[in-house]
Amino acid sequence: MIALNGVRKRLGDRQILDGLTFEVPDGMNYVLMGPSGSGKSVTLKHVIGILAPDEGSVHVDGLDVPSMDQRQLMDLRKRMGYLFQNGALINWLTVADNVALPLREHTRLSKGEVQDRVQEVLGMVGLAHAAAQFPPEISGGMKLRAGLARALVTKPEYVLYDEPNAGLDPIISHQIHELIVEVRERLGVTGVIVTHSRACATHCGDRIGILENGRIAVEGTVAEMTASTHPLARAFLGGGAD
Amino acid sequence: MNPFAKTGASIRQRIDDAGWTFDLLVRAVAALPKLPRRLRFTLDVAYNAGVRTLPVTMIVAAFAGAILAMQTGIELRRFGDTAVLGSITALSMCREMGPFITGVILAATIGSAIAAELGTMKVSDEISALEVMSVDPVNYLVLPRVVALAVMCPMLTLFSNLVGIAGGSVIADQNLGVSQTLFWNSVQESLTSTGKLLPKELYVGLFKAFVFGIVIAVVSCGAGLRARGGALGVGLGVQAAVRNSVLLIIVLGFIITWFFYFLTT
Repeated sequence: MIALNGVRKRLGDRQILDGLTFEVPDGMNYVLMGPSGSGKSVTLKHVIGILAPDEGSVHVDGLDVPSMDQRQLMDLRKRMGYLFQNGALINWLTVADNVALPLREHTRLSKGEVQDRVQEVLGMVGLAHAAAQFPPEISGGMKLRAGLARALVTKPEYVLYDEPNAGLDPIISHQIHELIVEVRERLGVTGVIVTHSRACATHCGDRIGILENGRIAVEGTVAEMTASTHPLARAFLGGGAD
Repeated sequence: MNPFAKTGASIRQRIDDAGWTFDLLVRAVAALPKLPRRLRFTLDVAYNAGVRTLPVTMIVAAFAGAILAMQTGIELRRFGDTAVLGSITALSMCREMGPFITGVILAATIGSAIAAELGTMKVSDEISALEVMSVDPVNYLVLPRVVALAVMCPMLTLFSNLVGIAGGSVIADQNLGVSQTLFWNSVQESLTSTGKLLPKELYVGLFKAFVFGIVIAVVSCGAGLRARGGALGVGLGVQAAVRNSVLLIIVLGFIITWFFYFLTT
């Protein structure tokens, strides 16, 4: 379970998070929506321990993330996958080497086993043909899918998705949504999905929370949120929203 | 903000940067046992640093040696003592000019490239991606660069010394009436006068180059890893990397000379 309680975070002059509280039970996809700059990505960085809260607590699997030392954080992160907005691939490694990186760093798998696993996840995201290409040679959408493959390659217990369909066309977006749902259903992975996309939120999410002024303004199941009359829910999930 | 507060904040920021960079050096040294895993990448960086900077280093060293011989030779000729020109050129190149030239060129070419590369990685979340994959950026990115430059800077310095002395010998022969034989005999005499296999003149210079290599790598990696705010931040990081590396090369060059030639004699 992921649990944030009363998290406050100030970056520079701005109070980004101001008492943020939510829980993500195991095996559930929690969708975090909100206006740009409302602290969605900052929230994910708290969950994985890149940022520490000024106040409040962040727990993953009962472990207090901000109080962990570097070694404990590294151990926790080995159980998590993180998809960055732009894929954040290492430019001088091929797509396959990028995906293989966590396996080569943290497992004792043989070269052949690593190759097989990499091909398997690249196939899942529809990138088997681009394994030998370098990030500058592929499109933004392909980078994102390669980033997703890298997040999934270690079979993590938790995956944090930061804008998983940003810059993707509707067909690829739909494939990614299917994949996120499959990851939850087949592997039992717990996910936090940051997105602006109504389609992504309703397709992938079990619960949806919308951030405003550094805290969750409205929260509920997908059905509750799509039926909600709350202005934020209507803005993000209403008929006119994308 | 009033000027005093601004100055205070600036000083505090610089102390913070210096402390962070020193901590980076300590972490890179602590990661040394993991070097065998990074050997391939270390060799790539070393090859890149050596090959990319060799031509420009040789050109600058040749002209620096020639200028040194010319300026010294003009004065020596007034006293009719041009026979020691080879000795003075060799000692100046090996003790000071060789490591200094090599260090400055490495800072300007490889140091700036390192800062730009790591800075770009930082602002495009690639460093964060390594962290969330539990891949230590110091071990993965900094250690290979520190080791590569610590090895390549002394090697390039050896070439600089040789080419610089050769540049001086040409001027000595063509413009100052010192024959090649006399010049190179003087060089040999000055470098082997102690009878040791590795004369002090040479090893102090190489030690300087070793320190300069580490400094350039750590300062440049530090500047890159601290970059923020997109392209502008990367540019500022590159600027800081070259400026601070050259500053440290001069200051540490002075301290090492002082230590070996004044404190320990």
